[in-house]
Amino acid sequence: MIELKKLSKVFDTGKGSLTAVDGVELDIAPGEIFGIIGYSGAGKSTLIRLLNGLEKPTSGSVVINGQDITAINSKDLRKARQKVSMIFQHFNLLWSRTVKENIEFPLEIAGVPKEKRAERVLELVELVGLAGRENAYPSQLSGGQKQRVGIARALANNPEVLLCDEATSALDPQTTDSILDLLVDINKRLGLTIVLITHEMHVIRKICHRVAVMEGGRIVELGDVLNVFQAPKENITKRFVAQVTDTEDSQETIKHLRELYPSGVLIKLVFVGDQTEQPILTKLIRKYTVDINIVQGNIAHTQRGAYGTLILQIKGSQPEIDEAIAFLNAEDVQTEVMAND
Amino acid sequence: MIESLFPNVDWNDMWEATLETLYMTAMSTFFTFVIGLVLGVILFLTAPKQLWANSIVNWLTGAFVNIFRSIPFIILIILLIPFTKYMIGTIRGPNAALPALIIGAAPFYARMVLIALKEIDKGVIEAARSMGASTWTIIRKVLLPESKPALISGITVTAIALVGYTAMAGIIGAGGLGTLAFLDGFQRSRQDVTLMATILILIIVFAIQFIGDRLTVKSDKR
Repeated sequence: MIELKKLSKVFDTGKGSLTAVDGVELDIAPGEIFGIIGYSGAGKSTLIRLLNGLEKPTSGSVVINGQDITAINSKDLRKARQKVSMIFQHFNLLWSRTVKENIEFPLEIAGVPKEKRAERVLELVELVGLAGRENAYPSQLSGGQKQRVGIARALANNPEVLLCDEATSALDPQTTDSILDLLVDINKRLGLTIVLITHEMHVIRKICHRVAVMEGGRIVELGDVLNVFQAPKENITKRFVAQVTDTEDSQETIKHLRELYPSGVLIKLVFVGDQTEQPILTKLIRKYTVDINIVQGNIAHTQRGAYGTLILQIKGSQPEIDEAIAFLNAEDVQTEVMAND
Repeated sequence: MIESLFPNVDWNDMWEATLETLYMTAMSTFFTFVIGLVLGVILFLTAPKQLWANSIVNWLTGAFVNIFRSIPFIILIILLIPFTKYMIGTIRGPNAALPALIIGAAPFYARMVLIALKEIDKGVIEAARSMGASTWTIIRKVLLPESKPALISGITVTAIALVGYTAMAGIIGAGGLGTLAFLDGFQRSRQDVTLMATILILIIVFAIQFIGDRLTVKSDKR
């Protein structure tokens, strides 16, 4: 669906050049929800703007549905953009237009006749759950409602790809979840490919199928969301995963427990898929004479299945502890002894 | 009562002069609006990093605007006499005042248009581009509607300045309340005529301000 080949973007800042995107290679499949995560300045904003030609690459190509959008003239590019639409962090609605008129805007651009526009706007208002608010101005809407207008507007011309530029970063957690649910719903119902950039791992976890981690203009890690959560390779990825799994409180508790029971071993278990539903701990305690403290537990649901972590403190003699860990490994639970530092 | 306060006022002349002032103000405001809008949009779009980024056009337009905005109006009228004669065929009467009024006020308004356009959220323009809008569509459907309140309050200020300019033009024979106040009031020492002309000018100014404010508020949905 989307193929990026050796894509680079260098900005001339006046004081020298800045490489925002550095040789990115990426293949995004049709119907996929693909997340790109990175801290600010990682180049993800530039990357997503290369996908609809808002930025011109310095080198490389962007092929969407077989069309190289870096090689077409501006008229064809404008046409192509009707099929690759975008939603924004700050919604970017026209304050001078009502909800209805904002959603109508892309249809006007596409030259849809007036009666058809009205019909389509009605459908879209229903789709994003804004029925009854058609005649409100953006200033009368909440952030979540504004983003719903943004989404309706982006879907107006039946796009094949939806680009989300930090679409939930300006929203509170509850509204973020409702917007994310809407995106998943749209993805399933319309089979639309969604590419989103974010700095929140929560967003990736909740809706993405695959994720790319970006740092310094490059993609440093790429994979299925569940795999990346289960076994993050790069340090930056580990930090992002920790955003969802660890809490500051658990770090404190771990420190405290170490002081209290210097003899025990702290161990982190990672469960994936069906394992999250197995009574593995019960089996462990019944079989071995070790004592167990639960420090922290967490289960997160991703689009590709559940993912859980559990931090335990195991107390007992060294052979007993070793046996217990061997048992866990035999049950296919990923274990990681947390170093005493 | 009014007759005794303003003994020298010829009400027919006064009415005639008021209509001339209104005519000059309306015509010059209209053309100032159109020309100023075009110049302002050119200034905005040819600036660096904008849709029509072009440093030469931007510099030339900017220079034109700055020069004509800086020339004192009374001198501009005199400078433009040959041009006016060529365009209108005469240098007397309300129509003869129009070229100077428009050339004096349009650059002033162009600057206000530029300021108004700069206030527009860049994200909204980016959103329109992401939907495949052409620059022309962006001008008509994004730039102008999104800056409407500032464009209206700007033309209100400009129209009020133009009422003042018509009075100045009146001194060199454009007609209207300025001519009346100067020739009939000042030169013949009839204070009451000057006073009445002043009152009428004030009423015109307040009316413009009132209408402009109302339209500005009404157009602002933010």
